[in-house]
Amino acid sequence: MNALLSPTTLAELAEAVRSAPRILAVGARTKPRLSAAAPDVTLVSTLGLSGITEYQPDEFTFTALAGTPLSEIAATLAARGQYLPFDPLLLTAGATLGGTLGAGLSGSGRFRFGGQRDFILGVRFVDGTGRLLRLGGKVVKNAAGFDLPKFFVGSLGRFGVFGELTFKVFPRPASTLTLRLPVADASAATALLNAAAGARWEIDALDLLPAADAVAVRLAGPESALPILAAEILTRFPGEILSASAADALWSDLRELRWTHAGGSLLKLALTPAQLPELVARVRALSGRIHVTAGGNAALVSLPAPAASLGLPALTLRGPGPLWLDAPAPPAIHAAVKTALDPHNRFPSLAA
Amino acid sequence: MSSLASPPLHPSVADPARCLRRLAALLPASRVLSGPAQLAAYESDGLTAFRTAPLAVVVPETQAEVIALVRLCHEEKLPFVARGSGTSLSGGSTPVAGGLVITLNRLNRILRVDPAQRLAVVEPGVINTAVTAAAAPHGLHYAPDPSSQSICTIGGNVAFNSGGAHCLKYGMTSNHVLGLKAVLATGEVVEFGSASREQLGPDWCGLFSGNEGLFGIALEITVQLLPRAEVFHTVLAGYRTLEQAGDAVSAIIASGLLPGAIEIMDALALEAASAAVHAEYPPGCEAVLIVELEGPREVVAAQRPQLDALIAASAPVEARPARDAAERAAIWKGRKSAFSAVGRLSPDFIVQDGVVPRRRLGEALRRIAEMSRAAGIRCANVFHAGDGNLHPLILYNGTEPGALDRAEVLAGNILKMCVEMGGSITGEHGVGLEKRDYLASMFNADELDCLHRIRAAFDPLGIANPGKMFPDGTAPALAQHGLHPLEKAGLISRE
Repeated sequence: MNALLSPTTLAELAEAVRSAPRILAVGARTKPRLSAAAPDVTLVSTLGLSGITEYQPDEFTFTALAGTPLSEIAATLAARGQYLPFDPLLLTAGATLGGTLGAGLSGSGRFRFGGQRDFILGVRFVDGTGRLLRLGGKVVKNAAGFDLPKFFVGSLGRFGVFGELTFKVFPRPASTLTLRLPVADASAATALLNAAAGARWEIDALDLLPAADAVAVRLAGPESALPILAAEILTRFPGEILSASAADALWSDLRELRWTHAGGSLLKLALTPAQLPELVARVRALSGRIHVTAGGNAALVSLPAPAASLGLPALTLRGPGPLWLDAPAPPAIHAAVKTALDPHNRFPSLAA
Repeated sequence: MSSLASPPLHPSVADPARCLRRLAALLPASRVLSGPAQLAAYESDGLTAFRTAPLAVVVPETQAEVIALVRLCHEEKLPFVARGSGTSLSGGSTPVAGGLVITLNRLNRILRVDPAQRLAVVEPGVINTAVTAAAAPHGLHYAPDPSSQSICTIGGNVAFNSGGAHCLKYGMTSNHVLGLKAVLATGEVVEFGSASREQLGPDWCGLFSGNEGLFGIALEITVQLLPRAEVFHTVLAGYRTLEQAGDAVSAIIASGLLPGAIEIMDALALEAASAAVHAEYPPGCEAVLIVELEGPREVVAAQRPQLDALIAASAPVEARPARDAAERAAIWKGRKSAFSAVGRLSPDFIVQDGVVPRRRLGEALRRIAEMSRAAGIRCANVFHAGDGNLHPLILYNGTEPGALDRAEVLAGNILKMCVEMGGSITGEHGVGLEKRDYLASMFNADELDCLHRIRAAFDPLGIANPGKMFPDGTAPALAQHGLHPLEKAGLISRE
């Protein structure tokens, strides 16, 4: 068992980082592999650092402590007709804002307006020397200083511990409509994803569903416009319009990863649509399941067994395997930036 | 400005003669410029108040030559500044005295346009609008649109994380950079990101974007392309007061609409723009608002009545929707030319760039007006109202003794006000040379130390664009002259 510290203020967070030679921040641990650490590492829980500290609906921004559950943020934003357009994952499962940023996980909605990197504005964090620092800003546009907030997306807590985060938000579209378009095989899926992504329809989400036999298209916008766009899409790609309840179930099942194997491994990959057919074939050969999102640019792969090579770099989110699979060796600059932010190697290496 | 005269971080080049000899061995003589007449054109950039003579200007044509030049600089401890079209408004490409200017205009190849995956791979010297031109046959476009887009380069856009009129909805340059190949100041060649829109591990492209030339030089940039919006609904509305225009923006934001652009110009900017491009604005207006919806025709058709009703309810003097593409283009031409048009009102001006929370725009404009009256200096305002990004244009006459200093003081006071209000000293121009003394108003000593450490990780010798972002370089001489030669020729405009 790792030692666990549970600070309740940002000052205590900084103190916690200074108190131990080896530190890893954890939130709700919904991505268990990312919170697994060697026995000598002291875990710092952010769950005691919870709450929205500032919300300005007319600025399209909010600031919240790192341990704030996504569900609380989503509910607060929804009450003012706003949302995080990148559809953060594991919201019902209890994922925190800080854990989501560190894991670099965006959901299906990232297709239209981008992922976390496109919405993070500012971060208060504790660096490896135990200093509480604020970089970035609290306004939607800011070019002062290096963009460490963006760098922290997907940084796995290896360069600093997040205390408080500021995000941009958008008004929630008036309505949504989801289509399910069957595809014969993965090559057909790639062709459909590319054609739909380049079309005039301004699609909100564009995913290959876990059985890899259909593409889901979500439209978002004024209620009067969506059926017309949907009808046009169906003339090009046969399929069906899902009922509101079926659509809600589809997207929430994807968001909560309910399609994955219980007790298996879960991996995240970045890919291009052209790489999709080979990836799908490899996943099938391992009796796995795959959810491809962002129009064929990101994938989550669930394997019933420990993680195995998929031919592309992958990050293990769940399961016993190594943290990285097939990852290229990091450039020399990686070590230099790690030393700049964490000179005593208080946080684990990104490699482990 | 005396505050810029901080001590040099670097000793001057150990051996300029040896550096010149090595440069001559690396490139043909026609591409190593070192005569005073040749250097003159490179002494300043879009921040025309400052100029410095470099040791030499080199004109590489290949990525291998850029890498060799940076490695030479590293070996010789020779400071270097990468330069595209020299449109930086924060002095980002102003030379370092005795250093090297590496121009990238000849690395201007579009290496790949992939319409299926909607991306382009370009060299740093490619002009911003050339990317959209290459994408247009496929119904795609490159979203970031700084006002200087017809001449500024993608390499410069990445280095300074340039913005434009569409940032609220589409983000800045960094939001569109998927991958990068760069030579760092150490000579290390790195590849960040990929052709995927997703990433694994920390966002190196995000960190590199906006580095202001302090990390190294981008050699190849992979950018995402977006489908061109099918239709636009662009409305120009004139208001008696700036406050009314601001209230209209608040109403639009509160309505749940997400316009592609929301811009405001004040009376002085309108006067300049109408003189420059013969645009006719509603008479007697203190402010003009430009709002643009975009998207599939059915979506815009549904949102258009909502926007029109919001504008009608905001009591404009007159509201003019663009009836066709030509009218839309005319509205944007007036807006994008406003800055250089101010050159008609004043021999010299400073384009300022600050951000305030959007709800405090009205208060910010009132305070700018008060400060400008108290200083006896005219100030025109053009701003991205959707994201609180102000561009006060401070007019002065450089031939009047002390006028530039007074203008600089007003510019500094405006920046301080932005920080006090919870905003930023720069929305899209970067810190550069111009605002380096104000970085400390946004970040405390520990935070500045953190930024310095990051910089030193990429550039331990401090040879990449020293003197920018941080107040630690040699100060260039203040000059007193007006428009950039390209602005005078009507080729570029400022934003």
